Amino acid sequence: MRSLARIWTLYLGGFVGVIALLWALEKNGLVNQDGINYSFMFLTIGVYAVIGILSRTNKLDEYYVAGRSIPGIFNGMATGSDWMSAASFIGMAGLIYALGYEGMAYIMGWTGGYVLLAVFLAPYIRKFGQYTIPDFVASRYGEGFPRVAAVLAAILVSLTYLTAQVTGVGVIMSRFLHIDYKVGVFVGLLGILVCSFLGGMRAVTWTQVAQYIILIIAYMVPVVALSYRFTGVPVPQVMYGEALQNINTLEAAQGIEKAFIAPFNDWSPVMFIALTICLMAGTAGLPHILVRFYTVPSVRESRYSVGWALLFIFLLYFTAPAYATFTRWEILANTVGQAIDSLPAWVQNWQATGLLSITDANADGILQFAELQLHNDAVVLSMPEIAGLPAVVAGLIAAGGLAAALSTADGLLMVVATAISHDLYFKLINPKASDQVRLWISKILLIVVALVAAVLAQFQFQFIANIVAWAFSLAAASFFPVLVLGIWWKRATKTAAVSGMLTGLAVTFAYIIYSRSTGHFLFGIRDTAAGIFGMPLNFLITWLVSYYTPAPAQEVQDAVEDLRYPKRLRQEPAAATGDD
Amino acid sequence: MGLAPTMTPKGRDCRLDSNEPERAKGHFRENGRLVFWLLVVWFLVSYGAAMFVAPLNQVTFLTGFPLGFYMGSQGSLIVFVALIFVYAWMMDKIDRKYGVEE
Repeated sequence: MRSLARIWTLYLGGFVGVIALLWALEKNGLVNQDGINYSFMFLTIGVYAVIGILSRTNKLDEYYVAGRSIPGIFNGMATGSDWMSAASFIGMAGLIYALGYEGMAYIMGWTGGYVLLAVFLAPYIRKFGQYTIPDFVASRYGEGFPRVAAVLAAILVSLTYLTAQVTGVGVIMSRFLHIDYKVGVFVGLLGILVCSFLGGMRAVTWTQVAQYIILIIAYMVPVVALSYRFTGVPVPQVMYGEALQNINTLEAAQGIEKAFIAPFNDWSPVMFIALTICLMAGTAGLPHILVRFYTVPSVRESRYSVGWALLFIFLLYFTAPAYATFTRWEILANTVGQAIDSLPAWVQNWQATGLLSITDANADGILQFAELQLHNDAVVLSMPEIAGLPAVVAGLIAAGGLAAALSTADGLLMVVATAISHDLYFKLINPKASDQVRLWISKILLIVVALVAAVLAQFQFQFIANIVAWAFSLAAASFFPVLVLGIWWKRATKTAAVSGMLTGLAVTFAYIIYSRSTGHFLFGIRDTAAGIFGMPLNFLITWLVSYYTPAPAQEVQDAVEDLRYPKRLRQEPAAATGDD
Repeated sequence: MGLAPTMTPKGRDCRLDSNEPERAKGHFRENGRLVFWLLVVWFLVSYGAAMFVAPLNQVTFLTGFPLGFYMGSQGSLIVFVALIFVYAWMMDKIDRKYGVEE
């Protein structure tokens, strides 16, 4: 553990050193923005490749669950970057900028679920100790249909989410390296594969740790600098209170009706609560996060690991509102009310990128707040310029965004690949396959699935942000109820769980299609919170049908009970599965 | 309820021995109680605060945060992190009390 701490401290120092070096080169005019961006991108991908090679393995245990040897705190860091995708890194601050208080549904929704994960699921998943989530569902509810249903749900949820990540990588590549989006997607694909191909989960975990360190440094630098510039104190998370006060005053002075801090001026309270619930339950039901708790050495450590994961996530999430608030303050104070042809330099620069647009609706030559359209992504991306920072920082942001996207993509890729190679192929088609065959199939599938995601990403779906929200609703409506009931209620039966999962999925899907095509929302609930209909139905059906079907066999009930105790109280059945 | 003797698995019979049912029930009960109270706090700081945002916003906190907004953006998050570490620490104690720690 000590040597791990030393290695990662060296890594951190090395990264800071690279930043300093690039800054020095920039100051001496030896490198321009493009040079900086290319350096950051390829240096970081190079580091991930090295870690990927160093973590290579031929052991199934290491390929699937990193040999169950990742200390809790590092597992927490890996979970943090696995969790925080390009959406969190680049998009969330923008969401808050646009929605004000309503954005808190995302902030609370995407963090509060970790409490549910800790108390209801993670330690039990670890005690269960196999390779995948369908493994758990099959073990608890029986082979056959439950496993297939779980595989379907896992692939559905993870593949859509993965496509969104690959799209994000493509966008980042094209924006920062000025290459074609479609080419960027394939470059990103290579980045994803170098982190995972040779070492599976072991490589993915350690590259995720590396990516966390990069993304958190990248995220902090611009807004810390801005806080210092605007308030004299470099702690944005504390100082943005001041920004909020100023925003209030400025909004009142400018007659802006939709106040930033005022709740429920974009959504109904019902929608806010519904979305928060969906995001929280979805968090605890996402396969790629759940499997992160197979990789720690013990049940006890899994609980602490969830805590570490949330702490590392918290560092970014409690900073995001600072980005949004400072940007809004800057715009209200220094941009609105100015003559349109003499706006601050950063505004003019960002107009050129298309992420910021100005239309003089009332033709008075002066900018009103409503005349400025700011794309969500611009809130984080333009911060270095607003803070008057050197070009190096913009490149740093690019590296951070890429790290966030790659780390999440890798976690998702592992879920989809193992669902096919382990759950479908090994468990259902060819249980006699040797370890070597299983490894090779997993590796081939990594490439195949990554290619599929890259092909899907070619379409650059417009509603990519919605797709991610739908993934949460689907997870909340399918996995969450079935896993929680499976662990906490011995009476839950196979038929009930399958019925519940399929109902949850179907209802959620149906509502998404209904609300998107008719534009009509029940109780003001939008498609992004569709899971609020599917999840309770899943619980209800699983509960009801359980009573009308025979109770699970005594040995299953005993096994469920055994999950509750970290200690191995029973003799494990002979390793018929050849897993461990 | 003292620490029961270490469990020895009896061949392939996986039943818990005579001491176990009581020990098991006690552990489960305390586990359940802990989770319940943690979730009460969880609910209050997130959904509870969300339902009272407007009045809470009348109160100013720290450097000028309206309290309702603050709870949504930072306050509840801090509590979430604390809740998980409290959970891990207390479950460890409960496990030891019933002799079921690893």
